[in-house]
Amino acid sequence: MTVDPGRIDALRTRYDGWNMASRRVEVGSLEDEAEAMFDRGWTDGLPVVAPTEARVARMLDGTTRSPGDVVALVPPALVECTVEKVAVNAVMAGCRPEYLPVVLAALGAICTDEFNMHGVLATTMGVGPVFVVNGPIAQRIGMNAGINVLGHGNRANLTIGRAVQLVVRNVGGGRPGEIDRATHGSPAKLSFCFAEDETTSPWTTLAEERGFARSADVVTAFCGEAPRIVIDQHSRTADSLVRSLADGLRSTVSSRVVAAMDAMLVVSPEHLSRFSDAGWDRARFMEELGAHLMVDTDTIVTGAGGIEEGLPEAMAGLTLPKFRPGGLLVVHAGGPAGLFSSIVGGWVNGPMGSEPTSREITP
Amino acid sequence: MSDTDPSPTSGHHPDAAKHSGTVMLLDPTSEAESTARVLTARKPSLDGLTIGLLDINKPRGDVFLDRLQQQLGHRGATVLRFAKPTFTKPAPADLRHEIATQCDAVIEALAD
Repeated sequence: MTVDPGRIDALRTRYDGWNMASRRVEVGSLEDEAEAMFDRGWTDGLPVVAPTEARVARMLDGTTRSPGDVVALVPPALVECTVEKVAVNAVMAGCRPEYLPVVLAALGAICTDEFNMHGVLATTMGVGPVFVVNGPIAQRIGMNAGINVLGHGNRANLTIGRAVQLVVRNVGGGRPGEIDRATHGSPAKLSFCFAEDETTSPWTTLAEERGFARSADVVTAFCGEAPRIVIDQHSRTADSLVRSLADGLRSTVSSRVVAAMDAMLVVSPEHLSRFSDAGWDRARFMEELGAHLMVDTDTIVTGAGGIEEGLPEAMAGLTLPKFRPGGLLVVHAGGPAGLFSSIVGGWVNGPMGSEPTSREITP
Repeated sequence: MSDTDPSPTSGHHPDAAKHSGTVMLLDPTSEAESTARVLTARKPSLDGLTIGLLDINKPRGDVFLDRLQQQLGHRGATVLRFAKPTFTKPAPADLRHEIATQCDAVIEALAD
């Protein structure tokens, strides 16, 4: 044995590689491997990293789980997916080995009856799984919870979400134009994964709200569309800003929809400081926000305002909450400057559609 | 290139196949083969058949299926109505079994 890392990889490929169950695909010397993978339909439209035996072996070092362990039945084909297959797709997505436990937990979360990945994939509505990571692992693996949190530039955020979607595509067979029938689709179909900023917030975290200890590593999957911005650069009081955010949230998906679809609100640090400066904790914020999200159904029944979309006329004369109890997930994230928050609208919620689903991330 | 070349930038390495110059990849797919099934032969007539009408539970699916039921009734078919609990999920196995055992054919309505 030698301390040369290249030598170790070569030896592992020779001796451990044979233990991997996946079919081997040989790419010829005159082929471009990136093109070969596009040609085989293995990619999401962006180039992927070639899943060689050595790279997959290194990826598998990221978990203590056995390569043959079944992680999930992946829709739409409901195929048994092993840790090894997840590792192959994680290599292709560009993950580092230390991201693999997050990918495994995220995949476990969406491949459940409650999250309903089959429906999330197949629906004509442009939604996808949105992942929020809480706990020490987020910082340990270098996830972004700050500047450009929902954007580009961070390898962990972008490749974890992408790896999960590649598994759905390659193992589950969920390809656009086939079972995936989205009218417009959305960036959430490619990769939508970020960490909550737990260090600068006095509030409890999303995972704590969902029953986990602060010290636990948790991934929460939410079925959501692409994010949109709520701008408020003038509110100086908590009361003004909570009304303003409620105003933005009321039109989520459609102002005509109440209680049937959830939303995620990503509150920026500057917006959150309005509330923390006023002494509002998360519970107080949720209570005040909910009070401003009551909707007079007279304004949204079919025909109101000359619009046919809406609740049945029989539901006129009521006051209903825009979101069902627990149907608004609030996360603190974003760069330190900027008086914006972001809304991620949801899809059909609960047992009739998709339930936000959290899973503890284990090694 | 030797098969122990540690260069991390080479596409052929450190994972080179035994054969010089080729790269061995692991298949990222399920490796499952789809089963091809022969379609059931077309019925020459609707007379005496039992036709299932499956509502996927989208708005106005009933409008479409009510009309179909009327038309099929005129043509001598017996119609049985079924509905998925929600359009967002595949039909439950019990429902599929019920349709398969009770009907000669099924028509599924997607609507809005």
